[in-house]
Amino acid sequence: MGVDFSALRTLINRYCAGEENWVDSRTVYIGHKEPPPGADAFIQQRFPDNRVVSSKYTFWNFIPKNMFEQFRRVANFYFLIIFLVQLIIDTPTSPVTSGLPLFFVIIVTAIKQGYEDWLRHKADKAVNQCPVSVIQRGKKIKKESFRITVGDVVFVKEDETFACDLILLSSSRDDGTCFVTTASLDGESSHKTYYAVQDTKAFRTEEEVDSIHATIECEQPQPDLYKFVGRINIYMDNEAVARPLGSENVLLRGATLKNTEFIYAVAIYTGMETKMALNYQSKSQKRSAVEKSMNSYLVVYLCILISKALINTVLKYIWQADPNKDEPWYNERTEAQRQRHILIRAFTDFLAFMVLFNYIIPVSMYVTVEMQKFLGSYFIMWDDDMYDEELGEGAVVNTSDLNEELGQVEYVFTDKTGTLTENNMEFIECCVDGHVYVPDAICNGQVLSGAAAMDMIDTSPGPGGREREELFFRALCLCHTVQVKEEETVDGIKHGIHQGKSASFYISSSPDEVALVEGMKKLGFTYLRLKDGQMEILNREDEIERFELLEVLSFDSVRRRMSVIVRAASGDIFLFCKGADSSILPRVISGKVDEVKARVEHNAVEGLRTLCVAYRPLSPEQHQEVCRLLSGAKLALQDRDKRLSEAYELVEKDLILLGATAVEDRLQEQAADTIESLHKAGMKVWVLTGDKMETAAATCYASRLFRRNTQILELTTKRVEEQNLHDVLFDLSRTVLRHHGSMTRDNCSSLSNDCTDYGLIIDGATLSAVMRPPQEDLNSGSYKEIFLEICRNCSAVLCCRMAPLQKAQIVKMIKASKEHPITLAIGDGANDVSMILEAHVGIGIMGKEGRQAVRNSDYAIPKFKHLKKMLLVHGHYYYIRISELVQYFFYKNVCFIFPQFLYQFFCGFSQQPLYDTAYLTLYNISFTSLPILVYSLMEQHINMDILKKDPSLYKDVAKNSLLRWPTFIYWTVLGVYNAIVMFFGTYFLFDNTTFTSNGQMFGNWTFGTLVFTVLVFTVTFKLVLDTHYWTWINHFVIWGSLVFFVLFSLLWGGIIWPFLNYQRMYYVFMQMLSSGPAWLSIILLITASLLPDVVKKVIWRALWPTITERIQVNAGSFHVLAFLHRFRAMKRFERAPASPCSDSLLDGVALTEA
Amino acid sequence: MMASSYNAKEEDGHHSGSSSHGGPGAIKSKKPDNTAFKQQRLPAWQPILTAGTVLPAFFVIGLIFIPIGIGLFVTSNNIKEFEIDYTGVEIDSPCYICAKNFSWNSTTSCVCSVNFTLDQPFESNVYMYYGLSNFYQNHRRYVKSRDDSQLNGVESNLKQPSKECEPYRTSDGLPIAPCGAIANSLFNDTLELFHINQNGTKQRVNVTKKGIAWWTDKHVKFRNPGGSSNLSVAFQGTAKPVNWRKAVYDLDPEDPENNGFINEDFIVWMRTAALPTFRKLYRIIQKKPNSTPTLSSGRYVMEITYNYPVLSFDGRKRMILSTISWMGGKNPFLGIAYITVGSICFFLGVVLLVIHHKYDTRTNSAEIPN
Repeated sequence: MGVDFSALRTLINRYCAGEENWVDSRTVYIGHKEPPPGADAFIQQRFPDNRVVSSKYTFWNFIPKNMFEQFRRVANFYFLIIFLVQLIIDTPTSPVTSGLPLFFVIIVTAIKQGYEDWLRHKADKAVNQCPVSVIQRGKKIKKESFRITVGDVVFVKEDETFACDLILLSSSRDDGTCFVTTASLDGESSHKTYYAVQDTKAFRTEEEVDSIHATIECEQPQPDLYKFVGRINIYMDNEAVARPLGSENVLLRGATLKNTEFIYAVAIYTGMETKMALNYQSKSQKRSAVEKSMNSYLVVYLCILISKALINTVLKYIWQADPNKDEPWYNERTEAQRQRHILIRAFTDFLAFMVLFNYIIPVSMYVTVEMQKFLGSYFIMWDDDMYDEELGEGAVVNTSDLNEELGQVEYVFTDKTGTLTENNMEFIECCVDGHVYVPDAICNGQVLSGAAAMDMIDTSPGPGGREREELFFRALCLCHTVQVKEEETVDGIKHGIHQGKSASFYISSSPDEVALVEGMKKLGFTYLRLKDGQMEILNREDEIERFELLEVLSFDSVRRRMSVIVRAASGDIFLFCKGADSSILPRVISGKVDEVKARVEHNAVEGLRTLCVAYRPLSPEQHQEVCRLLSGAKLALQDRDKRLSEAYELVEKDLILLGATAVEDRLQEQAADTIESLHKAGMKVWVLTGDKMETAAATCYASRLFRRNTQILELTTKRVEEQNLHDVLFDLSRTVLRHHGSMTRDNCSSLSNDCTDYGLIIDGATLSAVMRPPQEDLNSGSYKEIFLEICRNCSAVLCCRMAPLQKAQIVKMIKASKEHPITLAIGDGANDVSMILEAHVGIGIMGKEGRQAVRNSDYAIPKFKHLKKMLLVHGHYYYIRISELVQYFFYKNVCFIFPQFLYQFFCGFSQQPLYDTAYLTLYNISFTSLPILVYSLMEQHINMDILKKDPSLYKDVAKNSLLRWPTFIYWTVLGVYNAIVMFFGTYFLFDNTTFTSNGQMFGNWTFGTLVFTVLVFTVTFKLVLDTHYWTWINHFVIWGSLVFFVLFSLLWGGIIWPFLNYQRMYYVFMQMLSSGPAWLSIILLITASLLPDVVKKVIWRALWPTITERIQVNAGSFHVLAFLHRFRAMKRFERAPASPCSDSLLDGVALTEA
Repeated sequence: MMASSYNAKEEDGHHSGSSSHGGPGAIKSKKPDNTAFKQQRLPAWQPILTAGTVLPAFFVIGLIFIPIGIGLFVTSNNIKEFEIDYTGVEIDSPCYICAKNFSWNSTTSCVCSVNFTLDQPFESNVYMYYGLSNFYQNHRRYVKSRDDSQLNGVESNLKQPSKECEPYRTSDGLPIAPCGAIANSLFNDTLELFHINQNGTKQRVNVTKKGIAWWTDKHVKFRNPGGSSNLSVAFQGTAKPVNWRKAVYDLDPEDPENNGFINEDFIVWMRTAALPTFRKLYRIIQKKPNSTPTLSSGRYVMEITYNYPVLSFDGRKRMILSTISWMGGKNPFLGIAYITVGSICFFLGVVLLVIHHKYDTRTNSAEIPN
C-alpha cells in the first residue's frame, strides 16, 4: 500500500537520516539539476511518486482485509465466535441460525465497501493517469500524472487542477501572481492570489524555465493546509540567493488555476505526501449518549446471558448426578461422548447454553440501529423547512450517528459573527479624530461630516483635519487584502459593487474589508487594483494615486490587526495599521485617542463592529530596519510564525491614531426567536466570539440572549484589575448561590419569567486566568470549579475576545464537568472548527467564511434559525425513536429467549430449543424487525408544529430520560413477565392432557410453536400500543409482518422440505390452529401479556402525566380538525399537483389555527 | 462496534478523484421534494391510550372473557376421566412382580392384570391413553435422535441412517430401521380392557387403533420404503432396534396399512412429548350405536403385557380413560384463566373509571404552559 510505504519512508527519513537538519526539511532540486558544487552538500532523498491511493483494498487483499476490518468490531466478533462455537461443538441450534444473519450483514457490508472501494479505484486511476505537462530539457512533455516526481517542473493551464503540491515559479501574469480556487479543498470558492518568487517570475517560457538553477528547502509534508515554511536558493552566476517561501507560494493539489493563462511550478510534495492526501484522515468518531446507554445495556445482557448459561450448566450437573437421569436406558450417549472428560463436557455444555440463549443480544439490533440512523438522516436532508432558497441548499448530514444526540443538547455554544449575525457587513460610519462621516450624506462628491444629531465636538474640520481625513480614507483604501475581480471572469460568490455599473467586484476572505473598501468608495476614494506592486486609488478629484505596496503584515487572530507598508508617489513611506481597538490603542502614541475611544465604545454598544485605524510614517532608515526584521523572520525555517509575530510586534508600534470605523453586521432572521426557543427548551446558550465585549453584548441583547431583567455578572479583565480574580470569583459565586439558596432551581426554570436569571460575561484573558492549571498556593486550585458553578447557574454566558482554541477549551471544560452535559457547537468559520470538533454535536453554518466549518461538522444547516427545527423537532423525534428502538429490541429478545430458559427446567437442562430453527432465525430478521424499524423512522408522538411552538417539551426528554435504568428495568421486567405468561400459559394448557377434539396429542414442537405465535403477536401488539402515529406505512408493515408470520408458518409446515434432514414442523402449525383451545389460549395469553403495560400506561397518564402526554390529550381534541384539513389538502393535492407548496402552507396554517 | 456500517460519511467525499462528485460549488437543484412522506407529514391516525378510551375495552374484555371462562370450566368439569397407575412400585400392586423381574433378555413376556371400577358410565367416544412420568422425551439428545428421511421411506437413508441416530444407528454392522433413540424406546406394553359382567365373566372391550395418529403423519410424513410390496423384503438388510422384541415389519402383521413405519402406535410415539410427564393416545373406544354408554359403570380389568421398564429412571406408567369435548380433555386451566383475566379486566375497568372521573377533570383543567 502506498500509504504505508510512504509513511514508513517518512519514518525512516526521520530517524535514520543521520543529520538532525534532515529530520524536518527536505531539499528539492528544481528540474533535477544538482546544485553547483560549491553549495552545501545535500543528501539526495527519495520521494514517492505522484500516485494517489485513496482505495483501501486491492483485488487480492480485499477479502482478508475486509473480513479483518469487519470482525475487529466487537459485536461482529462476538457473533462470529458464537457461530464458530456452533460449528465446532454439538449445539442445540444449527449454525445457520446465527450464521445466516451474520453473513448477511457481513456480505452486505463487504459489497458496499467493495463497491465504494471500486469507485475509489476508478477515481484514483482517472486521477493518476490524467495527462500533465512536464518540462524536460526545455520541452513540454505529456506525462501521466502519477509519473511526476519531486523536482519536476510542471506546466499548468487555466482551469486545470494541480496534480501535486507545487511551488509557483512564474505565471503568465507579469507580476508573477496567479489566482486559484480551493473549492474542492476547503470549499472556499473565492479566488486566492498566490505569488511567485520575485527572482523566478521572469522565466516564462519552457526554455527559460528549464534554465532555472535552484533548490528548494522546505519542511517535510504536514497536513495543515495553510502552513508552509520553505526557502528557495537560486544560483545565479554561481551566487546563491535565498528567498523565503510561505503558504502564499504553494499551490496545493486539488486546487484549480483561475484567471491566469498558465503557470510554471515545481513539484515539492507528491502522491500521498501532498497536503490534501495527508488530510484524508477521517475525524475521530463521535458517539451518542444513546449509544453509550445501549452499550451499558449490552453489558447487562451479556451478564444475564452468561449467568443464565452458568445457572443452567450447574443445574444440569446437579440434575445429572443421578445416572438414571443422566443416561436412562432409552437415551444413551455414544461411546465418544462418554469418554469425554467431565470438564470438557461441562465447558461444552456451557457454550451450548450460551449459543442457545445468544439471541438475547441480537445481530439485527445493530443492523436496525444503523439502518434507522442512516435512513433517518434522509428526513433531515429532505426537510423543506431547513432549505434555504438563497443559498440553494438544505441541511447536510455528515454523521448520521448523532441524530438522537440532537435531542439531548444541554449546552449550545454559538459563534456570533456569521452564525447569530448575517456576516453581511455594511459600512455605517467612520470617525476621524472625532468627526463622524456617514456615507449616505454625500452631496456632489462632497462629504458632509456627521449628521447634525451626532454628539460630536465640532462639525467643520480645519485644514489640518482635512488632511487627516484624506489620510484616513487612503489608509482604509490601502490597508487591506481585497482583490478586484473583473465581472466576466468571476464565478462563485459575489460581493458585488453593483451600484455605479462598475464592472468589477471586490473579493476578500474578510467581509469587513469589503465593506470598508466599499464604504470608502462611497466616501469618494475608490480602490482600483493592485498592479505591479502598485496600488491604485481613484481619489475625489478623479485622479489616480499610486502607492507602491512594500509589505503586507497580514491579519491573524492573535494580533487582531493587520498592516501594510506603502510608499507614496512622493516617496514617503507609511505603515497603515487597522485592527481591534484593544490591539491598536495601546500602541498609539498620539492622536485624539479619547474622542475616538468614546465613539468606538458608543458604536460597540449599538452592536456595530468597530476597527481603529492608525498610521506610522517611516523614515527610509526605519524602513530598512523593518525590512531587515521582516525578511529575517520570513527566511527562518524554524519557528517562522513565532519570529514573524515578534517582528510584527516590533514594527507595529509608535502609531498615530487616525480614527475608527463602524460596520454593522445584522442579526440573522429569527435568530432571537431561535435563541428564545432554545432557552425555553432548557438549553444554556453560550456565545463564544472573538469580538469585543460591548459589540458582543449588544448582539446578545438584540438576540434576546440577555433580557432586560437579566442580571449581568461581569468577569472581565477590567474588573479583575480592580479586585483580584480570587475575590471576583467568590463574589460572583456568592451572588449566584445566595439566590439559589432561597429558590429551588426547578421553581426557577419553570417560571423563568418571574425570577431574575443571570448572564455572565467573561473575556478571553480572564478565562485563561481561570483555566490556568492550579498553582502551588491553596486558593487558586478551585477557580475552575467555582467558575463552573457560576456558569451552571447562569442561563446565558457570553465569552468575548476568544481565540479559536479557547472556544474548544471552554467546550471541553463543560463536557468534563461533573454532570457531563451534552454540548453542541455551532459556527460558520474556520475559527469555529476546533469547537465543532470538540463538542458532542458540531453544526456548521453554510456561511460566507468558507466551508471549513461545514466540512468538519456533523450536521450543516444554511441558517442559524434552522437549528430550532433541527433540535426541537428532529432531535426530539430521533431521540424518542431510537430510545424506543433500543428498549424494544432488548424487550422483544427477553420475551423471545426467556421461555427457552424456562423450558430447560422441563427438559433435563439438555439445551433443547423451544422453537424451531426457522423461527429462531427469522424472529429477529423478518417477523419482528420491520415494524420497529418503521416505527423508529416514522413515529411522531407529538405533532411537529406543537414541538416547534412549545420548546419546553424538549425538557421532557432531556438527560437521556427515556433510557435511564428504571425504564430499562421496567422493559426488562415486562419482557420477563410476558415470557412467564407465555411459557406457563402454554405449559398448563399442555399439562398432561389433550386439547384437540379428536383426542390426539401434540408434541414439543407444537408447544414451541404455540409459545412462538403468542410471542410474535404480543411483541407486535406491544409496538402497536406504543405507536402514536399511524401512517399507512405503519399499518402495512405491522399487519403485514403478522400476516407474513402466519403465511410463512403455513408454508413452512405445509411441505415436506426435501433439503432438510428433519421434518419436525410438518403440519404442526395447521394442527395447532385446528384446535379451538389453542386459539382461545393465544387470545388469552396475548391479553394477559399486554394487560399490565396498558394499565401502567393509562394510570400513569391519568395520575402523573408528563407534559408530552398532556399535550397529546389536548392535541387529540383539535387533531380531528387538523386531520380533516389535511385530508382536504391532500385531496386538493391530487387534483392540482401543480401547487404543492400552497397546500403544505395550508397544512401548516390549519394546524396552527387549530 | 457496529455490526455493519451503513455510514454515509466514510470519507468518500474529498479525495482527488471525487471531482466528479461535484464540489460544493456545483449548484444542482438541491431543493428537497415537498412530498408528504419526505416532510414527515403523511396523514396519520394518532390514537392515545387514556383511561377514557381504554375503559370500555376493559369492560368489553371482562364481559366476553368471563362467560367464555365459565363455559370452558363447565365443559371441562363435564368431561369424565379415569386414571390408574400400573407401574408396580408398591409390593401390593398387581404388576409388582413384572416390574421387579424385568429383564431385557427374557423371551417370555410378563402379564399382569389390574382391576378397577368405574363409578360413572362414560358416554360417547372414550379415549384410552397411556401416560408416562419422568420420561424425558424432550431431552435434546433424544429429540434429535431420529431420521425423518428414513421414516419417509427414502431408500438411501434406510441403508445409511443419519448420524443423528447414534448410538442407535447400527447394530452388528447392519443399519437399524427405524434408527435413533426415539424409535428404540417405543412404548411396547400391551393394554387390554375387559368389562366384568354381573355374572363375573370377562368381556373384552372393543377398541380401534385407527385415528390415533395425525392424519398427515400417517399419510405423508411416514412412509414405508419400497412401495407397498412385501415389507419384510423392503426392510431386508436392516436390523431391528436393539430394544425391540420384533422387527418393524412385524408391528402389526395383520393390517398392512398399520405396519412398518406407518404403524400408528409407532407414529404416536415418534411425536416427542413437550414435557417429561405426558400421555399418548393408545386406543379409541367407539361409541356404541345404541343408547348404552360406551363404558358402563362397573368393574373392569386391564390386562397388561408388561414389557416396558420405567423403574430404573423412577418413572411411572398410567392408563387413562377419558371422554373428549370440543376443547379436548379435562383441563380446568383455560376456564379458570379466562375467568381470572376477565375478572381482572372488569376490576381494572372499575378502578380506571374511578381514576377517570377523579383525575381526568384535573388534567383537562390544567392549562398547558404555552
